[in-house]
Amino acid sequence: MNRKHIISILLENESGALSRVAGLFSARAYNIESLTVAPTDDETLSRMTVVTSGTEEIVEQIMKQLNKLVDVVKLIDLTESSFIERELMLAKVEATSDARSEVKRLADIFRGRIIDVTDNTYTIEMTGKGEKLDAFLTALSSISIYEVVRSGAIGIGRGEKSLTL
Amino acid sequence: MELTGAEIVVQCLKEEGVEHVFGYPGGAVLHIYDAFYKQDDVKHILVRHEQGATHAADGYARSTGKPGVVLVTSGPGATNAVTGIATAYLDSIPMVVLTGQVPRPLIGNDAFQEVDSVGITRPIVKHNFLVEDVKDLASVMKKAFYIATTGRPGPVVVDIPKDVTAHKTEFSYPRDIKVRSYHPTVKGHTGQIKKALDIILDAKCPMIYTGGGVILSNASEELVSFARAIGAPITNTLMGLGAYPASDEQFVGMLGMHGTYEANMSMHNCDVLIAIGARFDDRVTGNLEKFCPSATIVHVDIDPASISKNVKVDVPIVGDVKQVMEDFNKLLQDTKKRPDAAAMKAWWKQVNEWRAQDCLKYDTDTGTIKPQYVIQQLHEATDGDAFVVSDVGQHQMFAAQYYPFDKPRRWINSGGLGTMGFGLPAAMGVQMAHPDETVVCVTGEGSIQMCIQELATCLQYGLPVKIINLNNRFLGMVRQWQEFFYEKRYAMSYMESLPDFVKLAEAYGHIGIKVEKPEDVRAALDKAMTEYKDRLVFIDFITDREENVYPMIPAGAGLNEMILI
Ligand SMILES: Cc1ncc(C[n+]2csc(CCOP(=O)(O)OP(=O)(O)O)c2C)c(N)n1
Repeated sequence: MNRKHIISILLENESGALSRVAGLFSARAYNIESLTVAPTDDETLSRMTVVTSGTEEIVEQIMKQLNKLVDVVKLIDLTESSFIERELMLAKVEATSDARSEVKRLADIFRGRIIDVTDNTYTIEMTGKGEKLDAFLTALSSISIYEVVRSGAIGIGRGEKSLTL
Repeated sequence: MELTGAEIVVQCLKEEGVEHVFGYPGGAVLHIYDAFYKQDDVKHILVRHEQGATHAADGYARSTGKPGVVLVTSGPGATNAVTGIATAYLDSIPMVVLTGQVPRPLIGNDAFQEVDSVGITRPIVKHNFLVEDVKDLASVMKKAFYIATTGRPGPVVVDIPKDVTAHKTEFSYPRDIKVRSYHPTVKGHTGQIKKALDIILDAKCPMIYTGGGVILSNASEELVSFARAIGAPITNTLMGLGAYPASDEQFVGMLGMHGTYEANMSMHNCDVLIAIGARFDDRVTGNLEKFCPSATIVHVDIDPASISKNVKVDVPIVGDVKQVMEDFNKLLQDTKKRPDAAAMKAWWKQVNEWRAQDCLKYDTDTGTIKPQYVIQQLHEATDGDAFVVSDVGQHQMFAAQYYPFDKPRRWINSGGLGTMGFGLPAAMGVQMAHPDETVVCVTGEGSIQMCIQELATCLQYGLPVKIINLNNRFLGMVRQWQEFFYEKRYAMSYMESLPDFVKLAEAYGHIGIKVEKPEDVRAALDKAMTEYKDRLVFIDFITDREENVYPMIPAGAGLNEMILI
């Protein structure tokens, strides 16, 4: 059965490291729903989060193949225990006449913030799990969405254990 | 002492104990060539095409266990090397490939002879580096050799911009190197090994299946002790031939698509399969759904990613084959438990019935030269002790089937990528490493033409390779598939306008012999091995045109569904 997995990777912060991971996914035809990467507090390391889906066997292979990359220092499948997932979304939507108050109301319900305003548009900033962001976009229903920018998921394990060197 | 980048490259090679580098010069590596010119410790062998350099280094590595080293220029030098890098990658061969690169300020400008070598080779290397600062050069070289030769070996590319080879820095070669993100597991898990041994000793019909990993890990001796103690039939993959002596009673031949009936039937019917340094390649397993239906599978491999990739394994053991086999053998000494003698007797009775099928027999009275016969005669003429390097096609399968190998590292072929053109340059590398040994290249008229230019290299360095050309005037393996699966529509599998190979060999300064009758086969071989021992001899055997490789497992079939002759 295909299931969503969030893989968190500590990667050497070196040129080319990102393409090794991206190349692995395309060369082996693994699914990739989103991928984010940025340096960590230790400037020699990047933290990458990959959202993928597949059967248990495929995800096991993905983990092993990632581990084989020389630039991969450590990795975990966050979905194997409890974790926190967040994604940032910026959405530019219609804000004319009736829509204007409706958008504001919905943004409040979803704990979004309006961060830019024009006569005809609102730009909303929202964080949460991917499903919450999806739900907000669905809730806008008849209101026009002009632009959506999503960061892709990042995640961190709950509790005291952490993914460090 | 301050050295230039180019001098550092050469110094690092010396520090690594490298004696031979196979390469071809060009603009981006001229500083390095200049540094080579000024010393005698590391010998540079000038090939005639960069593909030849990579295959030669690869053959060198396969026959010695030491890493092969290649030096090529940027752009076309690097792209020409790609096939050889991929060939080494798929067979896990340790190799360090140094590619020149345009000077750093020009990178990304579509400069003359610029390609993104690191990008192009990324999916076909174990790892690669772009050296951005001469200060990093020595440690990168150290890492390259370390990564290429440890764990599951593989090729590593080091891309060196020309300006870096001119810059100077203080040189000191690191003694040890740690790569914090790279820790291959060498020691197998004791609990797993014990568990596996219990299962193996309880087996009624055990089967041992071993691959190239045993050869890479130099574990033949350990494997032989283990197999003797277990008493099971043993098969080797195409990559693993020679790891277990073929002349031994327990050896049932190669398995897989063109494996023996007894090997494949034993696989199919075993109750415990012991896979060692093998990777369940599709040419070995046939249809996965029908693979070893009743077996509990034990798998020893250094690469965790090889385990349960194609076939779900019951007892995985990650570790270096040699160490794991040593552990198995120690445990076998310490335990009183022994294989079930009655069951083993019955199992062997069955295996020997399959063997009695004599699946490798072939029609000998056709009046034509049978390729199988040439290989058998070659085996005799070389006392079964030659380094046999092969190209890709039917001749490769005939060589694997009819030349029994009793020692590891004697059978050298491109199993994973199946690269036509591998044979001659690889044989050249083997001969360079073993100047006093007999090295033969079994090839076909198709394959040999893919790297024929290396005949010139062989002349330059006095490499007396014996070329056994099984000339069937067809791209035989392609034709065989077209005969079986495309109703004999021989689309483009026919070699028209073949050169006169005897004249061609002579034009390159070698000996050429053409053999057209079966009764002349042996004499020609003997002549090549004795009278022309020190010369390169090209023997063009005009063989039976439409001989096929049997047995064969058609695509989609199980190991028990072979086509016999
Ligand atoms: C570089 C490359 N191109 C194409 C192939 C596909 N191929 C596999 S075997 C074969 C025919 C080989 O012909 P030949 O060398 O004459 O050997 P034979 O099969 O006749 O013994 C071909 C074309 C390949 N393996 N490698």
